[in-house]
Amino acid sequence: MDVILLQLLNGLDKGGAYALIALGLTLIFGTLGVVNFAHGALFMLGAFCAVTFNKLLSLEVVTTDPTKTTAWGSPLEIRTPYVEAYLGDFGSWMLNYSVPMSILLAVPVMLLIGFVMERGLIKHFYKRPHADQILVTFGLAIVLQEIIKAIYGANPIPQSAPELVRGAADIGSIFGFDPGVIVYPYWRMVYLGFAGVVIAAVFAFLRFTTFGMVVRAGMADRDTVGLLGINIERRFTVVFAIAAVVAGLAGVMYTPILPPDYHMGMDFLVLSFVVVVVGGMGSLPGAVAAGFLLGILQSFASMNEVKAILPGIDQIIIYLVAVVILLVRPRGLFGRKGVMEN
Amino acid sequence: MSLIRKPLNRRSILRAGAMGGAALATPTIFTSGAWSAGYLNEPTGAEVVLGFNVPQTGAYADEGADELRAYQLAVKHLNGEGDGGLLNTFSSKELKGGVNGKKVAYVTGDTQTKSDAARASAKRMIEKDGAVMITGGSSSGVAIAVQSLCQEAGVIFMAGLTHSNDTTGKDKRKNGFRHFFNTEMSGAALAPVLKNNYGTDRKAYHLTADYTWGWSQEESIKKYTEGMGWETVAAVRTPLGAGDFSQYITPVLNSGADVLVLNHYGKDMVNSLTQAVQFGLRDKQVNGKDFVIVVPLYSRLMAQGAGENVKGIFGSTNWHWSLQDEGSKAFVKSFGQEYGFPPSQAAHTCYVQTLLYADAAQRAGTFDPCAIAAALEGFEFDGMGNGPTLYRADDHQCFKDVLVVKGKENPTSQFDILEVVEVTPRSQVEYPAEMLGGELGTCNNGA
Repeated sequence: MDVILLQLLNGLDKGGAYALIALGLTLIFGTLGVVNFAHGALFMLGAFCAVTFNKLLSLEVVTTDPTKTTAWGSPLEIRTPYVEAYLGDFGSWMLNYSVPMSILLAVPVMLLIGFVMERGLIKHFYKRPHADQILVTFGLAIVLQEIIKAIYGANPIPQSAPELVRGAADIGSIFGFDPGVIVYPYWRMVYLGFAGVVIAAVFAFLRFTTFGMVVRAGMADRDTVGLLGINIERRFTVVFAIAAVVAGLAGVMYTPILPPDYHMGMDFLVLSFVVVVVGGMGSLPGAVAAGFLLGILQSFASMNEVKAILPGIDQIIIYLVAVVILLVRPRGLFGRKGVMEN
Repeated sequence: MSLIRKPLNRRSILRAGAMGGAALATPTIFTSGAWSAGYLNEPTGAEVVLGFNVPQTGAYADEGADELRAYQLAVKHLNGEGDGGLLNTFSSKELKGGVNGKKVAYVTGDTQTKSDAARASAKRMIEKDGAVMITGGSSSGVAIAVQSLCQEAGVIFMAGLTHSNDTTGKDKRKNGFRHFFNTEMSGAALAPVLKNNYGTDRKAYHLTADYTWGWSQEESIKKYTEGMGWETVAAVRTPLGAGDFSQYITPVLNSGADVLVLNHYGKDMVNSLTQAVQFGLRDKQVNGKDFVIVVPLYSRLMAQGAGENVKGIFGSTNWHWSLQDEGSKAFVKSFGQEYGFPPSQAAHTCYVQTLLYADAAQRAGTFDPCAIAAALEGFEFDGMGNGPTLYRADDHQCFKDVLVVKGKENPTSQFDILEVVEVTPRSQVEYPAEMLGGELGTCNNGA
């Protein structure tokens, strides 16, 4: 029982990340009709916003101690972060909370990146075949990756969660299990809650604002909305930027779980596409539901008991589900009739 | 005596032409590389070309960059430039600027840490650039693939960072040589330290990268820990590049195990260790003992990626820059002055391999791979940072001291992450060559 509960939590947590990335992907597909293979790179760029913010806070004043030398004979360098040197305890507090605080940097940066990407490149491919869109966005993803690698190197760069939420909580004891049987990292629970808030915010934005209503109308019938005199393209640009922010925030908050490196976006991209296909291309609830569903299935498939019966199932389960869905219900779980069906 | 020659006719012209052609061609045939060279890519000019095949892109690009730095430094020292580095402490004194009277030049290839890409770049360096030796790499899968290519082509392969037993075990080749240690040695060196620190009554849970090196390491660590009384609760294979290991870590929590052995390297190790610590494994008490994590193969670059999570965790390493022998000090000084930071173990093994190759070529008086292989086989040397070392003839594996290290509790810099807790003597990590199987086969010089 405890194993199942733990894997359920893992699945929800993993599903949260998948859902956040897939939400942006399906939003872009639903509005602009573009298959954005650079979406994983946006997740990675968000993570590197956290790295950059931390590096800015960690900028050090370097002094040398002439009385001591390094192993290769140069004077020993003493490094102290500026924020700690000038702001004392508040500086240390800022360093401690650098990951959540980097959201402040990530939101404007990702909005800008989304805007520039859409206006500068993607809009030229609206009328081109999906294959062209895939090629150009995939190429863009590789360029972005290489830029990040040139600046930050290929090695993962660890980011710490704030001290308050490091370590694991004994949540089992709340539900009557023996102490220590069901423990789960605090930060992963924070992530799950954060994913829920962001998903709810996106849905609320589209549901309860005039802007969202127009976007939804545009998704349903772009031409009619255009005939009403509404500049739907401009709104779709904003939607693209919002999708970039959602992916970026997912990346920022994931950094304490997975030390970011230039390739992390690609690792999530393929899975997120499967999530979108399973959920239904262009369906927002589908992306969220499929994200959690596949996250949970992947976790359960990794259980030793399951692998003992079906070796290697953990590595193929997601694709197996995608194959079955594409065969049985090509439009996906929540997809609109006609999409992917002809 | 008549001065009138015989009249020229077709037959005599043909005969004279054939004889003249043969006469003209004779010296060319016997002096051209195609004929006189007894081996592939015999250097005919003033330079000899070495091929450095390292990951320049992909997940191990940083380690590859460090390897390349070491190779460039080695070339500099071989050509008599710089401070000479390990040439000053190396027990063999044959090298005195250049090799066999030739300047050392090099070409580079990008392995991308993919076997097919690594083979393609090695092939290009052999066929197009005339490399007489290929060296480098950061993965056992790649090393084994490139070693086999070099054997087929007829050049020497001096392996870079490769830790799987198979490289000098079941996949060993007559043209391939490894200075780096292997999982068998890691197990032999680590086990006594684990016994002293954690006792003999432990239950271990292995998470293992699902490829040749992971299997090899799991087998070796199991063999030695079970040999001292530990029980293996489970050994679970994880896909390479899994990213999120939570679904593999949670079953450890209530498995009854009190030790987690992470047979992961690179990004996988960074991620699995970080996440294992986040799940509170190191704060747990199981079977009345503190839960502990072991990372059998460490590298400084990995330890940097895992940050403070490595503190207090035991592992093994081929070499560490904090060693205080004359060879290590000379190399750290030379590398540090050139690049501003200390070398990694990958840089060390690549540098040493280049010098060992050059020395063997100098002693053999030729770049013929079979003569060089013969010069390396059974070669005993010292002054390279690992104590007295033997290049065993039977499997082309170097035997030397192995370091057991621990994540440092109070690091003083980003490079000062590991501390050496024990230098395991060579005698303790030696094993019979036939134990790991495989056949060296015969040497191929590509002729």
